[in-house]
Amino acid sequence: MTRANAVAMPKILARNVSKIYPTIDGETVAVKDFSLEVADGEFVCIVGPSGCGKSTFLRMVAGLDDISAGSIRVSPGDEPGKPSNSVVFQEYAIFPWKTVIDNVAFGLEMRGVSRTKRLEVARYWLDRVGLAKFAGYYPHQISGGMKQRVSIIRALANDPEVLLMDEPLGALDAQTRVVLQEELLRIWEETRKTVVYITHSLDEAVLLGDRVILMSAQPGQHLATFNIDLPRPRSIETINGPRFAEYRAMIWEKLSHEVRRAMEQQQ
Amino acid sequence: MSELPHSAAQDAGLTVNSAAVRDADRRAILLLFGGIVVFNLALFAVGLWRPLAWLAIVASFVTLVLVCERIGRMVSPRARSAYERSLAFGFPLAVLALWQIAGDTGMINTTWFPQPSKIAAGLWDMIVRYDRLSGTSLLGRPWLIPEAFSQNGLAGVWALLSESHVLATVSRVLIGFILGAVPGILLGVVMGVNQTVRLMLDTTISAVYVLPKIAIFPIVMLIFADPFGEGPKILVVALAVFILMTINTMAGVRGIDKVYLMAGRNYGANGWQMMRHVIVPGAMPVIFAGLRIALGTAMIVIISVEFLRAKQGVGFITFYYWEVLNPEKMYAGLVVVMLLGIMLTYLLQWLQRRMMPWHR
Ligand SMILES: Nc1ncnc2c1ncn2[C@@H]1O[C@H](COP(=O)(O)OP(=O)(O)OP(=O)(O)O)[C@@H](O)[C@H]1O
Ligand SMILES: [Mg+2]
Repeated sequence: MTRANAVAMPKILARNVSKIYPTIDGETVAVKDFSLEVADGEFVCIVGPSGCGKSTFLRMVAGLDDISAGSIRVSPGDEPGKPSNSVVFQEYAIFPWKTVIDNVAFGLEMRGVSRTKRLEVARYWLDRVGLAKFAGYYPHQISGGMKQRVSIIRALANDPEVLLMDEPLGALDAQTRVVLQEELLRIWEETRKTVVYITHSLDEAVLLGDRVILMSAQPGQHLATFNIDLPRPRSIETINGPRFAEYRAMIWEKLSHEVRRAMEQQQ
Repeated sequence: MSELPHSAAQDAGLTVNSAAVRDADRRAILLLFGGIVVFNLALFAVGLWRPLAWLAIVASFVTLVLVCERIGRMVSPRARSAYERSLAFGFPLAVLALWQIAGDTGMINTTWFPQPSKIAAGLWDMIVRYDRLSGTSLLGRPWLIPEAFSQNGLAGVWALLSESHVLATVSRVLIGFILGAVPGILLGVVMGVNQTVRLMLDTTISAVYVLPKIAIFPIVMLIFADPFGEGPKILVVALAVFILMTINTMAGVRGIDKVYLMAGRNYGANGWQMMRHVIVPGAMPVIFAGLRIALGTAMIVIISVEFLRAKQGVGFITFYYWEVLNPEKMYAGLVVVMLLGIMLTYLLQWLQRRMMPWHR
């Protein structure tokens, strides 16, 4: 495959994906007919009301959940041995029985990277998110926000083709959140990884994303796509610009309707 | 500015208050303690203590708890752990002392409930006595080991150790425990991971689990060429431990949060790595809880088997002294069983701390 070819082909290609969970009282359609193309090096944000199927879709992209209908293809990269995707789980999912640094180095350990090498990589990432002091701690000894950071850098240290992040900053306080949004922007500018990023925060979606995808209330369907034409590199200052507010208002108008519908549904 | 005097006054108020509480506590302690002593003596004086013994004991215990709680409130944080330890060890010691007094004063029948001092004497006698007829002793007379070693070398030491009741029981328990726990944990993991194996074996395991192991001991004896040897005793312990550990490990594996399994898979763990890094450590807390229960079961099984069919062992010696109507030594045998239980539990806890450093 030539390089030009690879650029033209989307990194992630999801076609008419559906997910049906069999439950006691019938079937739950979690995702319905959802299509998504993500180009190589693109940062795509998905927003949608709670329970609409965002996590389910992400798990299917990661190959952790079966697809009921449709197809998902993640193109392999040029570098052999590089993991195809790494997930930042909504529930963190860092292992309570491993120290912070061993958690961060987990992906590398599974790939057989030597201990010195993988701990060096892990230490670099711990430093970047201000957790160097906690390397030897166990997860039950650190706060929820710290756990979330550990789960983010576990994915980053694994250096995958595609990053799949499920509300990675959800449990952080507003201040840490802003700092880490900036850090994520910086890391992304450096690495230009393909990212699918789920968030509940419209600010975050517009600030980080090249595109924002809106998902409808359950069953999760594609509702709208917004191209965010804000110049890169962005920083936290971007939030104060007039175009930023426009984007956010535009998305919120569509989303608020969906959120209300979702809440009525769940009653 | 106006905040400062206010809060200072509050502080002062607090100090005064806590001192007052302290004084009240001190008075309450004296009052309660004096009250219960007077209450017991009065009952005794009018000859009503014995018929009302239960009432007196419950009332005394409740008062003691109230007194200790007030003392606990007064100890400084630094003395806290010492206080807690003296409570944990002091109370059983006090009960033993009361038992002793009740026996000495003839309030309880010392033929069937010998005082702690008599039990201790019995225990001491069992330790130093060598029974020529059966060729056994309680501990194996460890003080003779140097002499035996200089005379007969390791063979001499071995001869001494093999006369020990305690070692016979401990080795049966330990060997049976390991022979049961290791395959039990392995099968439990397999049953936790693989649905087919689980469906095939779950019913059988549940059925064997409820069988009293002592009831199948006769069958187990038939399996061996020497039905009265060590084989059946060890096997029956192993069987009990095996079943328990299979059930517990399976529950532990199935209880692992799915998200950890997903994380393991997503970060590239293969089958073996998944076992070593996710499944086994994830199930470890439940496995150790199971080991602790299995240890208790192993002790129950071996002691009952030794009651039934053995010429050596703590269970045997306990039952023997019951049959020859020597209650002191029978109690001493029970004390040995309890001490063994404590020691083996400590061993297990040490192992748990080594293997699960992440546990609080
Ligand atoms: N294992 C399952 N069995 C049955 N139904 C499920 C299962 N997992 C998810 N669902 C259902 O699928 C729907 C989508 O769930 P999902 O977790 O993907 O939502 P979400 O968009 O990530 O929500 P949130 O924003 O709150 O995280 C929900 O209605 C949920 O009840
Ligand atoms: Mg979710």
